[in-house]
This record gives sequence, structure tokens and C-alpha cells, in this order.
Amino acid sequence: MIIAVASGKGGTGKTTIATNLALTLAENLPVQVLDCDTEEPNAHLFLKPTFETTEEVQIKIPVVNEARCLKCGRCTEVCAFHAIAVMGKRVLTFPELCHGCGGCLLACPTGAIKEAPKKIGVVELGYAGTIKFAHGKLAVGTPLASPVVKAVREKAERQRVVIIDAPPGTSCSVVNSVSGADYCLLVTEPTPFGLNDLVLAVGMVRKLGLPFGVIINRSDQGDRRIEEYCRAEKIPILLKIPFNRRLAALYARGGCIVEEYPEWKETFRDLWQRLQREVGYERAISN
Amino acid sequence: MKVAVTSQGTDLDATVDERFGRCHYFILIDPENEKFEVVENLGAGSSGGAGVQAAQFVAGQGAKALITGHIGPKAMEALEASDIEVYSVDSCSVREALARYKNHQLKPVLKAMVGPHFGTRR
Repeated sequence: MIIAVASGKGGTGKTTIATNLALTLAENLPVQVLDCDTEEPNAHLFLKPTFETTEEVQIKIPVVNEARCLKCGRCTEVCAFHAIAVMGKRVLTFPELCHGCGGCLLACPTGAIKEAPKKIGVVELGYAGTIKFAHGKLAVGTPLASPVVKAVREKAERQRVVIIDAPPGTSCSVVNSVSGADYCLLVTEPTPFGLNDLVLAVGMVRKLGLPFGVIINRSDQGDRRIEEYCRAEKIPILLKIPFNRRLAALYARGGCIVEEYPEWKETFRDLWQRLQREVGYERAISN
Repeated sequence: MKVAVTSQGTDLDATVDERFGRCHYFILIDPENEKFEVVENLGAGSSGGAGVQAAQFVAGQGAKALITGHIGPKAMEALEASDIEVYSVDSCSVREALARYKNHQLKPVLKAMVGPHFGTRR
């Protein structure tokens, strides 16, 4: 089973949920954690895995043989990202804008364009106890997260409970992180920002056709707007975590709730039970 | 002969937009008779490559010179390849910038003045 933990707003508690759920389940089940927040991976700070291997993630960027180039501009026309441009008598490439789609190669009538690999990040793999762990790290100066996210997602092992820590927001990297999951947990907080971004995230998971539920973190702060929204939209609220200064301090030290305060395991076991029921229910109605 | 000026508004009294790739409008002016055409910059909101896109537009319009505020590295490379002269002005009206250009009071910019994504920060 693949469970994605996402949120619209950042800083709502995705990693807290993902890591503590993983640690709780790992007592009885084979678990894998994939941190797909390749711009700022942080699950490793809490699970403290030992990394064993590093794999390079590359995209292919165009290299132009100017002698064969007619300066016809077909490559420029097809490139949605302005990564290749015929300007005057020259053809310029801007590798940092390239998404590696290969469109310019197909468009070129003279075969003047070849591809060369460009490193855009790495996937690091290891173990935290019995938890199999992988995360992606985007190379500095590279804005293209999705191929690194996809490389991390390819590591998913279906025989394990796979918990995905997604990036915040609703952009391509989030879509790539959560796509194909059996269930998506959306972590939010009861503030205007929390609701605004939750609405965006709900729009995204609905478009992707993913079953999902909401977790309200710091649930005793702010107001009741998240609960009212979820009731109106018939979205299940799977868990509410009131603000707790000790948990906040523990987080700041890189500690895990279920390790420091084992009584919390019950909360995450309940969450897992609830998740299984939700996934089972969703499967039943889709069959 | 046409001169492209980045502008915050749609007439010659508007202020020159200090951003190139993410300017609001391009004003294309014939310096001989000061006849001009205003074109909205459709690339102003793109997530990346706005400078290259703007350079392609300016080159495609057949402009021989560009007057703007700041210019980044990719746009500069693209404009250089197209033999478009680049001039920079501090905040002033499009009309004034054009007058200074015609009086040869503007110095050409020879290399990028700002880093990438300058225009996204304001």
C-alpha cells in the first residue's frame, strides 16, 4: 500500500505524520519511507537512516552542431521553456531552462541536435532500522524537481507499506509525488492560510482521482474553518493533533514523537486502522 | 529602424519598466517620427525563461536597439547574438529615454547587469 502525505501549505506537519506513522508501523510491518521533497528533504533528520548508495539523476539536454544547423527555428518554436533559441545567426541553448523532453531533436530537420546528459540531482538510499529509506536531493542551481521526484518514486516497493513525504504546494513535483498512491493524507492547520492551501490541495487530489482524508495539526488553535469546510465537502478528518509545546520542542531537536512518548503509538495505530478502512471502502466503491 | 523600450504603461509618458523579461509592455518606436506601437508582454508571468522569450520577441520585431532598466545573463546572450544594442536607463519616462537615445547620451550595456530571476523579485 502506498500512502502519500501531502499538504497545500508548508510547515503543517507532513514529515511529523510520515515519520511517526512509519516508526509505529515498522514494529509489525515492512515499511518504506520515500521523501519526495527534493528541494528540502528533511525526513532523514528524524529517521536518521544510514545511507548505503547514491544514484545520479540526469536529464538529457540538447547540444547543437552549428555546422549542420539551418537556423530554421523549428526547435525554438517547439520549446515551451525557451531553452533553445535561434537568435540571428546563432542557436543558443540554456540548459538550466531545459526540461529534457527531447522535442527539439524531433523538430530538427537536419539532425543537428544531439543529446547530452546533465546531472540534476541524486537519490540516496539506505535503512533506518528496518525502515527502507530513500530521498531525492535536487542539485543546487537546478530548478527542475520532477525528474528527481520520479526517480525516488521508482524506488517504491509494493510489498512494503510505502509512506511518501511529499513537497508542500500543488505543483508538478507534488503531483509526481502523490500520483499512483492508494491514499493521500492532507495535513493542514486551522488558519486562513491552512484552509486556502487545503482547498487547492483538495482540487489537485480530486483531479488525480486519489482517495484522501485530512489531518488537522495544532487543531486547538485558530478556528473551526477546516472542520466546517470538510463537513461541507464530505471529506473525512482522520486525525486531530492539538498543539503541544513539548512536541514542538522535540521536533526542533529532531526527535520523533513515538520514540520519546510511546503512548502516542496508539494514536498512529488508530490512524493506520482508519487508513485501511478508508482504502478498503474506496476500493469497494470503485469496484 | 525600430527601438524597443520596456514600459510600465501604454504611452510615451509611462515610466520605463526596469525589468526586461518581465516588463509590463514593450513600446516599439520609430525614432524618426516617434510613431509607436504598444505590445503587452505575454511572457511577464512565465515561470522561467522570460528573458530569452522577451529577447526573441524584440528580435522578431526587427528592433535594432533596446532600452530597459536591468538585463540578465540569458537575455543579454540572446540579444548579443541578434546584434541588438542594449541601453539601460534609471527610472524616467519612455519619451525621455528615447530623447537621450537620439542625443547619443546613453551608453550601451555590454554585459549582464543582474543575475537570473532579477525580475521575479519585485
